[in-house]
Amino acid sequence: MLKLFRYLRPHWVAAVLAPLLMLLEVAMDLLQPVFMARIIDEGVMQNDTTRILHTGLLMLGCAGVGLLGGLGCTVYSSIASQRFGADLRRDLFRKVQTLSFRNLDELSTGSLITRLTNDIVQLQTMVQMLLRIFVRSPLLAIGSMIMAVIISPKLAGILALAVPLLFIVMFLLIRATLPLFSKVQNKLDKVNTVLKENFAGIRVSKAFVRAGYEKRRFHEANADFTDASVKTQRLVALNMPILTMILNVSIVAVLWFGGKNAIDGSFEVGSLVAFINYVTQVLFAVSSVAMMLVRISTAKVSADRIQEVMNTQPDIVSPSAPVKQVEPHGEVVFDQVSFAYRADSGKPVLQDIQFRAQPGQKIAIMGATGSGKSSLVALLPRLYDVSAGSVRIDGVDVREYDLAALRERIGIVLQETILFTGTIRDNIRYGKPDASDEEVVAAAKAAQAHDFIAAMPDGYDTVLGQRGVNLSGGQKQRISIARALLVRPSILILDDSTSALDMSTESRLQQELSRLMSGRTCFMIAQRVSSVIDADKILVMDDGRIVAEGTHTELLASCELYRDIYQSQYGKEVSAHG
Amino acid sequence: MARTDQERSAQDGSEQGGSEQERTQRSDHAPDLSMRGGRPTHGMTVAKSKPKNTFGTIRRIWSYIRPYRAGMAAVFLFTLVSTVLSLIAPYLLGSAVDDYIIPGDYKGLAGLCAVLLSVYAGTALFAWLQQHVMVKVSQLSIQDMRRDIFARLQLLPLRFFDSKTHGELMSRTTNDIENVSGTLNQSVTQLIASILSLIGSLGIMLYLNLWLTLLSMVTIPLVMLFTKTVAGRTRKYFSKQQANLGELNGFIEETVSGQKVVQIYRRERHAGEQFDAYNKKLTEASIQAQIYAGTVGPVMNVLNNVSFALIAAVGGYMAFQDWTTVGIVVAFLNYSKQFQRPLNDLANQFNLVQSAVAGAERVFEIMDTESEYENEEPMQDAGRLRGEVVFDRVSFSYKEDVTVLNDVSLTASPGQTIALVGPTGAGKTTIINLLTRFYEIDSGSITLDGMDIRLLDKDSLRRKLGIVLQEAYVFSASIRENIRYGRTDATDEEIEVAAKLANAHDFIMKLPEGYDTMLVSGGSNLSQGQRQLLTIARAVLADPVILILDEATSSIDTRTEMHIQSAMRTLMQGRTSFVIAHRLSTIREADEILVMHQGGIAERGSHEQLLAKRGFYYDLYNSQFKLPG
Repeated sequence: MLKLFRYLRPHWVAAVLAPLLMLLEVAMDLLQPVFMARIIDEGVMQNDTTRILHTGLLMLGCAGVGLLGGLGCTVYSSIASQRFGADLRRDLFRKVQTLSFRNLDELSTGSLITRLTNDIVQLQTMVQMLLRIFVRSPLLAIGSMIMAVIISPKLAGILALAVPLLFIVMFLLIRATLPLFSKVQNKLDKVNTVLKENFAGIRVSKAFVRAGYEKRRFHEANADFTDASVKTQRLVALNMPILTMILNVSIVAVLWFGGKNAIDGSFEVGSLVAFINYVTQVLFAVSSVAMMLVRISTAKVSADRIQEVMNTQPDIVSPSAPVKQVEPHGEVVFDQVSFAYRADSGKPVLQDIQFRAQPGQKIAIMGATGSGKSSLVALLPRLYDVSAGSVRIDGVDVREYDLAALRERIGIVLQETILFTGTIRDNIRYGKPDASDEEVVAAAKAAQAHDFIAAMPDGYDTVLGQRGVNLSGGQKQRISIARALLVRPSILILDDSTSALDMSTESRLQQELSRLMSGRTCFMIAQRVSSVIDADKILVMDDGRIVAEGTHTELLASCELYRDIYQSQYGKEVSAHG
Repeated sequence: MARTDQERSAQDGSEQGGSEQERTQRSDHAPDLSMRGGRPTHGMTVAKSKPKNTFGTIRRIWSYIRPYRAGMAAVFLFTLVSTVLSLIAPYLLGSAVDDYIIPGDYKGLAGLCAVLLSVYAGTALFAWLQQHVMVKVSQLSIQDMRRDIFARLQLLPLRFFDSKTHGELMSRTTNDIENVSGTLNQSVTQLIASILSLIGSLGIMLYLNLWLTLLSMVTIPLVMLFTKTVAGRTRKYFSKQQANLGELNGFIEETVSGQKVVQIYRRERHAGEQFDAYNKKLTEASIQAQIYAGTVGPVMNVLNNVSFALIAAVGGYMAFQDWTTVGIVVAFLNYSKQFQRPLNDLANQFNLVQSAVAGAERVFEIMDTESEYENEEPMQDAGRLRGEVVFDRVSFSYKEDVTVLNDVSLTASPGQTIALVGPTGAGKTTIINLLTRFYEIDSGSITLDGMDIRLLDKDSLRRKLGIVLQEAYVFSASIRENIRYGRTDATDEEIEVAAKLANAHDFIMKLPEGYDTMLVSGGSNLSQGQRQLLTIARAVLADPVILILDEATSSIDTRTEMHIQSAMRTLMQGRTSFVIAHRLSTIREADEILVMHQGGIAERGSHEQLLAKRGFYYDLYNSQFKLPG
């Protein structure tokens, strides 16, 4: 956590001024009871009205100075903490931008978002409190103790007993509650899971008339959660009463011993009252310090999570001396390629992949889910790096190209369509922000997206909601294909990106693609035989290996797996004739 | 503490709710007992979400507390006792000075100390008892409330779920309810205690000394003036900060979710620039908001100090003039604190209660939404059916004016397979939604064995239908339980038989724990094909008269698809089946093909008949299935 504090360094003036100004406020607060004691002991008891008046004015003056300190602290702590958070957030975001796909998989998107949002806010809040109350309470506690010792070293002995006792009790309570919190959290997660499942699966639960069953399931989670909450909160409820009890017993002790001394004349009444005031302050401050420890421990979790991202090394970076741009033809060679998502575990996703795509060819890849199709194409733009062997484009290993230049040449449409908030136009020209409107329309037309876009009231200026929520799956796919086509890559990869299109749309798209991509290499992962039928080469994959390659007719004759696939889609008789 | 932690998690990932962020700590300087991640803000910055019908809503909340009213009465009693005791203590302190210390009465002092000790002990004891009971009362009432909203959700029509995002629904069922729970647990009793101690300390102060009482109140107009001026501004800046934070978080969420695309298109730098702009805007706004909010602590502090100084000085002077005693001044120093603290807190607590009432209102709003079973006559049970389905001139629209089905008629005889084909958006799924009565038709009629389905009990109707949806939804339970979903009273043997029929048995047995394998929510530890097989097993187990299959399996590889297909074929035997068909083989085997186009049935007939027609189907078939060469 300390490492992250270096983000305070650029704002050190504010970060130093804030606690100093707080010190001023605390000092002024601490003076109040002494002055009050003076009013009683030197003014009232000794019949000195000017003393009363002067001291009163002095108290008001101190309060005013304290106000300045307090306000100053607020201003500087706000500046320091907010800027700290902003800088940290910026760097974390920049870091995320550099992460490789593998890093992203490992850290998981959801968790990265939480880190960038909640965790940063946590830390920011912590820093702000650190500069305000985290300074104030200990200062107040220490200051009050000093004042107490000055007033009466003997009575201060009571504090010497009470303060450690308070710490121990708080510590024990916090230690007992923390594990309960995470238990409550788990139970709550269960409640939320049932809820979420019922929102997502509402059709299923209705179709099977399972309301009763779901209610029972929810009731279990609900009751468990309630039990855990009651238990935890009851423990928490012990906190305040015990705390105030210790405080009040100390006050009674002070009153008794101090009162005795006041009666026998060794102690003054005003000092006694002031002492009681200090005791109250010490104990409240101490208990708030204990609470801060809890806060710090939660902030530490956030800090660790941020640190983890900061320390992640992007495992795919541009080479320090990239090859000069080679004349781009689009020849692709996979040479003895093996690949595993994690270096340490399990069996490789791809093994011994060996094939060659001539410039301008259309290569189709078929195979079962999990057979390694997506992994294979992901190696081309270096979304992942091979574990062994090499992938070469125009004779050069992809790892030797400048990363940005490599990716610029390759257009890839991912299986999962991702669109961004903004207009359809902006989404299509995402890869080439300076594209003209004509280019956008041409790309959309080729991707068979123009018609439905034009039919929308705002056409290309239609604003998409987050992740394109107002479009159908097929529409989203077509926009993301248009986005890739606009870049006019020399190698185009479609990773099962036409699955949601109906077949007539798809076949029109295929025709456009053949036209547009003539002379360019095109990789196409597909499930439907109709999508791959005109490919120059079809790779049939099974379990991470290429089990057959050839054209449709060749494979139909030679590859049983391919025949199976074909028959599953067209039935036996057709294939017999076809 | 627990509550606040839960709140945070409930929002995890989803929108940063204003209510949490703006929820407050009591004061900058009091120990912060919450573990809230929000900013340390102050009294008057609580989000103002005003309930529409406060009184009615409170009465309704009360109906949840009613079953525990004995506990609630105890809580009131305990609060009363502990507040009264806490009011006595400063009086005793003052009297210690006046009656025993100054006169020099050891014995009296000892006695008073004993009384004071027991008063303090009583305060602590009753404060604890109050919390101890209140925790249970509030948690149990909230448990009931959660139960009721869930039960209601089960009854609501699909239309309702279509109109709300999951995030919105989650927020109502978690955040809003937690909000009510937290407020019940703490704010309500605090509010009572605040009011009691306000009245009590005022009473005692007046009893002790009128002039000192007035003096203690000198700062109150200042507090109010300050509160008024700062509150408005703070709220303004806070909502600006919230809005900016929302924008930034939205941007982060979208960018990071789409990180892979950002990188593929090399837009990292651009994203960074956009981020900086949002980040800068947020920082400027939040510095302002934090500064304004932060002034409350020091200003309240100084006003307390001023009040303290005035009482000490003027009180001292009055004691000197013998208009009052030192002990009373000492008591006043304490009472004025006891008087001011609740005053500062009241506004805050009131706002918390108000926002909880508003939250409860949103919860009740769901509970009041008309269920799909409402306004129905006592229904006829579907009884034994043969499975004849007739749509007679059915029209339907999801939204007004946007007709989805127009005048559709069709007949399915028992045991027939009807294939629905056509482009996306032609209304195929709608036919299914109407048959299940997920939605109600606008005009025409749908009959089952001659009975209008609107006259049938919805649940008994749905029990006769077996539905396999395109998105194979599984629940976080064991595989066995997921299959049993089809029929709750099925034995383990029956489940296995169903799984075998659905071609699911083999892969299940290969899993380490077989049928007891736990699925994670959404079933991501199974492939989509495997999930689809499970849902088919579910439908097999349900043994429906009429089967509805949405066969789109675009993301399933074709070999798995073959398994699914043969499983489906088994399932379809002897049942009236509606299939949204994508595969040629299904289409060819269907007894009747309905070609849907623009909300109507464009053509109907068998495969051969339709091909011979050389119409819409012929084109569709050629573009989709005809192979070159």
